[in-house]
Amino acid sequence: MSEPFLIGDSMTGGYGKGPDILHDCTIAVNRGEIAVIVGPNGAGKSTAMKAVFGMLNVRGGSVRLDGEDITALSPQDRVVKGMGFVPQNQNIFTSMTVEENLEMGAFIRTDDIRETMEQIYHLFPILKDKRHQAAGELSGGQRQQVAVGRALMTQPKVLMLDEPTAGVSPIVMDELFDRIIEVARTGIPILMVEQNARQALEIADKGYVLVQGRNAFTGTGKELLADPEVRKSFLGG
Amino acid sequence: MDLLNAIVALTNYVMIPAIAYGSQLALGALGVTLIYGVLRFSNFAHGDSMAFGTMVTILVTWWMQSMGINLGPLPTALLALPFGILATMGLLLFTDRVVYKFYREQKAKPVIFVMVSLGVMFMMNGLVRFIIGPGDQRFSDGERFIISARDFKAMTGLREGLAFKTSQSITVITAVVVVIALFWFLNRTRTGKSMRAYSDNEDLALLSGINPERVVMYTWMIVAGLATIAGVLYGLDKSFKPFTYFQLLLPIFASAIVGGLGNPLGAIAGGFIIAFSEVSITYAWKKVLGYMMPENLQPDSLVQLLSTDYKFAVSFGILLIVLLFKPTGLFKGQSV
Amino acid sequence: MNATVKHSLMFAFVGLLIILDGTTSYGIFSGTWNSALGILNMGLVSAIMALGVNLQWGFAGLFNIGIMGFTALGGLAVVLVTSAPTPGAWSEGGIGIIMALVLGAMTVVAAVMITKKMPPGKQRMLILGAVLIGGFFAYRAIFDPAVSGLEAINPALLGSLGGLGLPVLLAWPAGGLLAAGAAWLIGKTALGLRSDYLAIATLGIAEIIIAVMKNEDWLSRGVKNVVGLPRPMRKEIVLQEDPGFLETAASLGLDPVLASTLYVKITYSLLFTAVLLALLWMSQMGLKSPWGRMMRAIRDNEVAAEAMGKDVTRRHLQIFVLGSAICGIAGAMMTTLDGQLTPGTYNPLRFTFLIWVMVVVGGSGNNFGAVLGGILIWFFWIKVEPMGAGLMNFVTSGLADDSALKSHLLDSTAHMRLFTMGLILLLVLRFSPRGLIPEK
Repeated sequence: MSEPFLIGDSMTGGYGKGPDILHDCTIAVNRGEIAVIVGPNGAGKSTAMKAVFGMLNVRGGSVRLDGEDITALSPQDRVVKGMGFVPQNQNIFTSMTVEENLEMGAFIRTDDIRETMEQIYHLFPILKDKRHQAAGELSGGQRQQVAVGRALMTQPKVLMLDEPTAGVSPIVMDELFDRIIEVARTGIPILMVEQNARQALEIADKGYVLVQGRNAFTGTGKELLADPEVRKSFLGG
Repeated sequence: MDLLNAIVALTNYVMIPAIAYGSQLALGALGVTLIYGVLRFSNFAHGDSMAFGTMVTILVTWWMQSMGINLGPLPTALLALPFGILATMGLLLFTDRVVYKFYREQKAKPVIFVMVSLGVMFMMNGLVRFIIGPGDQRFSDGERFIISARDFKAMTGLREGLAFKTSQSITVITAVVVVIALFWFLNRTRTGKSMRAYSDNEDLALLSGINPERVVMYTWMIVAGLATIAGVLYGLDKSFKPFTYFQLLLPIFASAIVGGLGNPLGAIAGGFIIAFSEVSITYAWKKVLGYMMPENLQPDSLVQLLSTDYKFAVSFGILLIVLLFKPTGLFKGQSV
Repeated sequence: MNATVKHSLMFAFVGLLIILDGTTSYGIFSGTWNSALGILNMGLVSAIMALGVNLQWGFAGLFNIGIMGFTALGGLAVVLVTSAPTPGAWSEGGIGIIMALVLGAMTVVAAVMITKKMPPGKQRMLILGAVLIGGFFAYRAIFDPAVSGLEAINPALLGSLGGLGLPVLLAWPAGGLLAAGAAWLIGKTALGLRSDYLAIATLGIAEIIIAVMKNEDWLSRGVKNVVGLPRPMRKEIVLQEDPGFLETAASLGLDPVLASTLYVKITYSLLFTAVLLALLWMSQMGLKSPWGRMMRAIRDNEVAAEAMGKDVTRRHLQIFVLGSAICGIAGAMMTTLDGQLTPGTYNPLRFTFLIWVMVVVGGSGNNFGAVLGGILIWFFWIKVEPMGAGLMNFVTSGLADDSALKSHLLDSTAHMRLFTMGLILLLVLRFSPRGLIPEK
């Protein structure tokens, strides 16, 4: 099997000088696929994603993007390399309009961004209607769309989402998942952390179940959903 | 006729001075609020930054006057203003580099920043007094009045005069131009938007590739401009004295907090609220009421709510009321 | 070298500076005991102020920049407690003033009650407005004639309410009480909000206290000053006529005039030292008690302390009032030392920010540090001027005597003080933020 597009390979590390939270943990996503990290609370799901994005000290293992070792790069440099990241909280500029949020997403670009913005409005039509409204005034689901849209403005080669459906209603959650699939169809690989393990694994090409900072189970979404062990422990039977 | 006289007296003694003073406060409060929004601390050295910028402008004005350069009816200080702004930019960028940057990298608590700004204030204060002395300086020249009270009386035949000073009109015009330029910059340019983004959500701004040091640099430069302009306008309108500029801190902070710290629109509104309250509470209303009331009801006292010595008490009172009832300010400020 | 020895040596060094100032006139030293004791006395007062500020900042992390106001209130207390009652003051307007003030207070209380009891809405606003405006005019109607009546009594010498004519030592705790009252008012409003807000609110109240004292002649004679306040010991002139004292002075080989001034200054030094030691002891006890530990726990992690059920704002209010009261006591002591109240001389740079330099240099969070910083910085505050003058003389020695630059530089040395103090504050904050005697 060829090298995945983005891989955090056997990562060990923690925040600052603190104790290790991740132990020999591997997370990867292939071109054109959706990979999902699930697991119980405190399993280190978000931490694993932040490690891939360079937000904590990786003391062992490496992170590679398209074959290039980026372990030493800062998050900002990783954005330049083509990684888009949507944090779980405070992921929009609340006092700025939707359009300005998207513009700020494209801050590092010097070329014309109008086309990208049209694509995003095409993906998230509601944002086009609300383009001149302050992003902080939008509903939870719409805010998440702004957040994803902002990250897409850099035309990333890979998109990372940290619990995009946290705190939204089930109906909105379904809609968000639909949108995420649509984004993936445009060819951008997606790595995502999810609380709602079942729905997430249903749309996932690849799933990682983490327990206490270690890989517990790894497989395709379908395999994991079918695995009796995984079902019993994490999906509620 | 009496009603007209009352309106003229009101305009002359309350409206015009309050609008001019409000513009000066608004410009000062904008500087405080921008620093708060981007660097997240209340900058106690702001009054002394204003004093420094004004001092440089005064020195250049004096030099220009001695060289025979002037603007005709307009004060020479307007010509010297850019030099004052440049010098203040230099000073503020320098203090940022040698003082504040260290604490930013340490991610120090806001209260430490405030304390550090006190030290900076001390030094700037000393520097200004060292160079120009602690005394009063007048530096306005050119025409003093656009309309003097006497001309107005002659023109209209009213008993009340209406004086409109050149410095007041310059203040208002400059303030309008500066505010429009500032909002254009913040809302329309890439750099301005990046400043707003940084002020809104620092972490996300970093993720978006916004360079914080550049944002901070631009902020200080804009603040230097605002502070110098506010200081020079105040000095032209009244007079320049280092200690007065330090005391302006209180109404300026009150304006910024009343409007909501970190909110530029609020800073402007706050400036006018404070100025109008201060002027109208310390104004002796006897004259205006005298024109408006029937003969037998005319007041014999001055009808002055507070003596002008207590003008700071007005800003302070408003500040306390806002802190008690709406600590985030009338417009949405950044935090409590 | 262990810490105790090191810190004792620091205190010994400050003592040595004072002794040198009394004994040698080399360099910056004056060589007279009068000047040395003068520095010591104000140093002790400053140390007490620093102790109060350290209580607020070092223990609780509260940023008070209205020290000047609390100090001035202490000074006002001296006038109100000790000066002789003005004859006829009460009949001419004193009662009216008190009534007006009570009425004003009642208006505010009524306004607060209305805000609390009535449901929000237009009606509340209207009634609130009516009460406030009506109360204000009623207040002015009683207040103004009373004030002009009072101020008309022999304005050149009196013209104020005067005082109670009580012993001066009683004025010190009274100063503390007055300052505590003002602090309670500010604390109630601004505590529990962002830390900057307390700073701004204290800055404001200080300005207003000074404005009131400058302008309300009936209260403090305003800029006309109150002079000749009583002292806790006999006056120099009295001493010089006392045969017993003259004999003692002669037996010590001292000139009677010098002996009397030294006697007064030394008595002050002893009194101030006693107050300082008492307050220091109480602060130390407070710091070590469970109460002090809780305060520091709150300072270090407010969220955690709140989660453990501590009422953070209430505790903060407590310590803020205590610290301000100490500043008030120190202010009363200072006015007693000066023998006069001069509202025009209160300046925030001298009375607020200098105290901050003392606390930061001494070591925030450490009571001994505050005391050391207080005396040491006061010494330098006095001596920066001769030092600056010396420096300027040196710098300008190359310039011609009639050069404008030279005379400007020499004239401006007084402003070097502010600059130097700011520089010291920044350098200590940057390179030694824990100060000379760090918190344990």
